[in-house]
Amino acid sequence: MRIAVAMSGGVDSSVAALLLKEAGHEVVGLSMQLWDHSAEAGRSGRCCTLDDLSDARRVAWALGIRHYVLNLEEEFRRDVVRPFVASYLAGDTPIPCTACNTKVKFATLWERARGLGCEAVATGHYVRVTGDGADGRPVLRRGSDADKDQSYFLWDLAPEQLAAARFPVGALTKAEVRAHARRAHLPTADKEESQEICFVPAGTRAGGFVAAQAAALGLGRPPGSGAIEDADGARLGTHEGHFRFTIGQRHGLGVAASERLYVLSVDAAENRVVVGPAAKLESRHARLEGVRFLVEAAAGPRRVKARVRHRGTETPATVTPEEKGGARVDFDVPVRAVTPGQACVFYEGDVVIGGGVIRREPAAEGR
Amino acid sequence: MIYLDNNASTRLDPEVGEAMAAAAGLFGNPSSLHVEGQRARRAIEEAREHVAALVGGSAGEIVLTSGGTEANALALFGALAGRRGRVVLSAVEHPSVREAAGRLADRGCEVVSVPPEPSGRLDAARVLDAVVPGTLLVSVMAANNEYGAIFPVAAIAEGARRAGALVHTDAVQAAGRLPIDVRAWGVDLLSMSAHKMHGPKGAGGLWVRRGVRLEPHTPGGGQEKRMRAGTENTGGIVGFGAAARLASRRLGETGAIGRLRDRLERGIRDRVPGARVVGASAERLANTTAVLFPGASGETLLMRLDLDGVAVSSGSACSSGTVSPSPALLALGLAPVEARSVVRFSLSRETTEADVARVLEILPAAVADARGAPLAPAAAGEAS
Repeated sequence: MRIAVAMSGGVDSSVAALLLKEAGHEVVGLSMQLWDHSAEAGRSGRCCTLDDLSDARRVAWALGIRHYVLNLEEEFRRDVVRPFVASYLAGDTPIPCTACNTKVKFATLWERARGLGCEAVATGHYVRVTGDGADGRPVLRRGSDADKDQSYFLWDLAPEQLAAARFPVGALTKAEVRAHARRAHLPTADKEESQEICFVPAGTRAGGFVAAQAAALGLGRPPGSGAIEDADGARLGTHEGHFRFTIGQRHGLGVAASERLYVLSVDAAENRVVVGPAAKLESRHARLEGVRFLVEAAAGPRRVKARVRHRGTETPATVTPEEKGGARVDFDVPVRAVTPGQACVFYEGDVVIGGGVIRREPAAEGR
Repeated sequence: MIYLDNNASTRLDPEVGEAMAAAAGLFGNPSSLHVEGQRARRAIEEAREHVAALVGGSAGEIVLTSGGTEANALALFGALAGRRGRVVLSAVEHPSVREAAGRLADRGCEVVSVPPEPSGRLDAARVLDAVVPGTLLVSVMAANNEYGAIFPVAAIAEGARRAGALVHTDAVQAAGRLPIDVRAWGVDLLSMSAHKMHGPKGAGGLWVRRGVRLEPHTPGGGQEKRMRAGTENTGGIVGFGAAARLASRRLGETGAIGRLRDRLERGIRDRVPGARVVGASAERLANTTAVLFPGASGETLLMRLDLDGVAVSSGSACSSGTVSPSPALLALGLAPVEARSVVRFSLSRETTEADVARVLEILPAAVADARGAPLAPAAAGEAS
């Protein structure tokens, strides 16, 4: 089978290509040029820099596979970066990786791959897909390496997208992946991980990126300084734009208080950041939008284990579908820092049942 | 691999390779007085004769360069010599001419670009309309790299020289593919490149009509009649000479190449609904066809054909890898989405009937696949 592998220049996608090649497939390496980093000096080791593209090319040479670079900057800007900035400006904390997977890797890239005669598209994600769902539907499962599991970023793939997806390293541990890379003498065998958001310059924060890019993306001028208040509305200090804060954040508040203060909520309309003690970060409920059930949709309440952040703990919860693709999640025990814009992903054992995007609720604080 | 990207570069002819291998021992500096130097000098001067003969010039008029781009830069910057005035170009020049002219514009020159007609032909009268008295330089390519049109250089040169302008032609694609006679064409400067005629990369030349003064762009040891200092690339120049000699000898094969190209075009039209040849009605190089496949991404089609063992190009090689469609194709009046759907097939004397048959066999399915892939920014993925 002719299979495209999205090659980021990292070790995981390198080994994905290696394993497919060894399984006898005709592997086509595709690297995406997603963001123009030329304005930022000295970046390395992160997504889609020139160094990464050249690493991907070196791996393709080592494997003896074809490799092409696709320039998807326009699509990435439109489908990932602009919504990311817009979400911050609306007071949320978005997950660009999910949008990139859903709208770019398993959409535009997959369509391009089909144009090349490829029958599937593989990535180096640590997840597994099995074909044992109802009506032969693909079932998305956590990666075997619990530390590396990336299912939290892939819950929003449609069944057609999952059916075309291959995750050759999903059943491996990171150590096993590195061992494969060393055995095959791949030049990326000992390359460091990238953790941060690939288009945000190294050593800077998302808020700085939002401030720098908003106008160029047609999203207007970001707000300037505003108030830091407590839950009762007492002013405790000043901040330089609400979009620089995320729920649960403790550092960078510049507020002296007798107890540790955390961001409890971000009010974009009033450019206000509300802070309070850790106890007030806890919440028993979340409201979701854009809900997707990967297995048969639940008609009524459904018992799941819910995760509200990557690598977060799983909390037993009841999901109740609501109209217009919404859902209400009731956690059995309080969950810390339920953050609008992040995903709430539902699991049953190692199976991803579905998920949704946590939405802002009026006067959510303290609930 | 079926190689149909000869406007990007050509395979080194084995005979050229042999000449270069033989020259590998010529290590002396051609400017040295001793016998090692003299051996290298002789090989270079013999090569220069072959290069001059290819275009109907004399050896003393050839300035050897590192290739076509350098020849074009020497022509434009050298002819202007720091003066300010009007420079007239076609709107579909190679980037090495277009960008050099842009640099001249930055320095105060008035650069006028004349687009070809939508048919692909360049109207000499329209070019000459732009050549006002006092125009310093007219630079019009002999044949276009992207869709192969042959431009009326002789007619343009006649009018332009009457107006007192110097005339340069970028003949990188034409040299070795068309009979060239610099005297009959009436130009002052003509650029060539070895690797477009089965010679090596890194060698090219500028023919400079005797009596035309250029400002040299590289100061140094005075080589190439002070036009281009630097120790000569003996091996590359020997290869260029061998390639030029071979090209002169084999110019007669152009007709056969043209028949294969025509067969390819007919076959594409028969097999691929909607496909159309860019500039089909213009006089064109016999080896080139640029085909617009509406609804297909040219870049995807290029990769798809590559996976199936056929090398082609989408737009000019210099503009691939970027998202912007070819300025030359836009200048022809193609919409950006159309320009992104163009694939160039450029044949050579090595192309066979079997090559063309094979391409016609795999092309319909490849186009069908590429038509399924998004052209430009895709519609947002399904959201439910």
